[in-house]
Amino acid sequence: MTALAVACDRVDVRFTTERGTVTALHEVSLDVEDGAFLTMLGPSGCGKSTLLRVVADLIEPSKGALRVLGRSPREARSKREIGFVFQDSALLAWRSVLANVELPLEVGGGASIAGHTASPRELLELVGLKGWEDAYPHELSGGMRQRVAIARALVTRPRLLLMDEPFGALDEITRDRLNEELLRVWEQTRTTILFVTHSLYEAAFLGQKVLMLAANPGRVREIVPIDLPYPRRLALRETPEFVRLVARLRAVLETC
Amino acid sequence: MATRSSALARPTAFVADAEADARFTARKNRLMWRRRLLPLAAAILLIALWQFTVVFFEIRPFIAPSPLAVAYTLVDRFGILMQNLLPTAIEAFLGFLIGNFAAIALATAFVHNKTVEEAFFPIVVLINTIPVVAKAPILVLLMGNGIEPKVAIAALICFFPTLVNMTRGLTAVNPQALELMRVLSASDREIFWKLRVYNSLPYLFSALKIAASTSVIGAIVAEWIGTTTGIGALIIEATYKFDSPMLYATVFVGASFSVAFFFLITVIERLVVKWEPQAVH
Repeated sequence: MTALAVACDRVDVRFTTERGTVTALHEVSLDVEDGAFLTMLGPSGCGKSTLLRVVADLIEPSKGALRVLGRSPREARSKREIGFVFQDSALLAWRSVLANVELPLEVGGGASIAGHTASPRELLELVGLKGWEDAYPHELSGGMRQRVAIARALVTRPRLLLMDEPFGALDEITRDRLNEELLRVWEQTRTTILFVTHSLYEAAFLGQKVLMLAANPGRVREIVPIDLPYPRRLALRETPEFVRLVARLRAVLETC
Repeated sequence: MATRSSALARPTAFVADAEADARFTARKNRLMWRRRLLPLAAAILLIALWQFTVVFFEIRPFIAPSPLAVAYTLVDRFGILMQNLLPTAIEAFLGFLIGNFAAIALATAFVHNKTVEEAFFPIVVLINTIPVVAKAPILVLLMGNGIEPKVAIAALICFFPTLVNMTRGLTAVNPQALELMRVLSASDREIFWKLRVYNSLPYLFSALKIAASTSVIGAIVAEWIGTTTGIGALIIEATYKFDSPMLYATVFVGASFSVAFFFLITVIERLVVKWEPQAVH
């Protein structure tokens, strides 16, 4: 299938606050192919998270055209084709791990997509949490909570997975491990992933391409292809090619 | 935790060290008893000091009774005390139910309709600033000398803390959880029942624990005006008669009921709010 997962054409997003109107995104054009893994990198205020929220239909663009999976973002959202993972795992404290993963099936007419959904128990196994179904979020470590959040996002079998700095609050060891596991999940599910990060290494290690955004106003600076073969393992980060790519990203970032 | 970790398939850091486990349990038990016994010992000490003071300085009974005299009255007039506790307890309990129910209903309306909140919240704040002792006569004039004004005052006194806490609990939802619900196309109804209600429960129980003791205070204060039964009436009667042992015994019974009510709510809270580590409150 050659369809585009995301087609963004000169999208503008403006916010009006007491300090006046701010342009968060300016003329952002972007095509993401179905099944791609795109990481998004840029300084604070470059609108990375805003762009994800526009795609998820949480924010409406002020100008420009946007298609998600060949539909309007609203249709894509209501057809449950979008999964979202936040920086804060946003697990519901009163639900067990399993019940948290089942939440998307209970709300928003989740029952109507029955048959297209994934098994919550299998997903928990996929993210390495077999045996923890009955635990409550406060019993889990930060890394485990993010694994649950990923399983929850995958339960509707979304064709597009949006991740907003999901590992940003984790320690480096946990983050490295989850990076490898996320690639495994991507290879198994073949869902399109848009991944926002602050880390150069994470951006280069995960993505097929890195979208570099500049700030004030948020706009596309450059799309850097990462021509490294998958499956990628952590050792890849010590290779000269990888180090060169990170240096390249850093150089571009300095102009953002 | 121990049962879960043994059920886990992957290797864990848990080892079978019965001696270390036993030492840990013994130490935990010791600390628990210490926490319980120390306040009890302090209370006994203070009561002994009170007894000593009354006897040593020959304080006359109508100024302050000795704890032994209070204890004697508690046993001797137990029947009368309980007879009067019953109406107070009923008033406090009914007031607690009505006041909290109304507060929860209004908080729910506030969350669903911002206009209602903006219109009514200032009025609620205004009414709350009127002291109970000032509200009581007004309500007695309005409602007569029966049980109604007492229930109304107990309800009013519960109402405000619950309204504020419940509104807060329903609105102070993790913003990312709210965004998640939007991504999932959840309806407002689903957001309310699956997110806001659960989120509000710890806040609600904090308010209910306050309400449990204040509803009793409300009922007692209401009984000060034109009533012949109830803990409040008994307090007034004992004061006029300079019957200090009876006064202290009545206060003791009223306070004990408050404490029992408070603990009942705490027990219910533990049964309902199972998910939060206890350190939160």
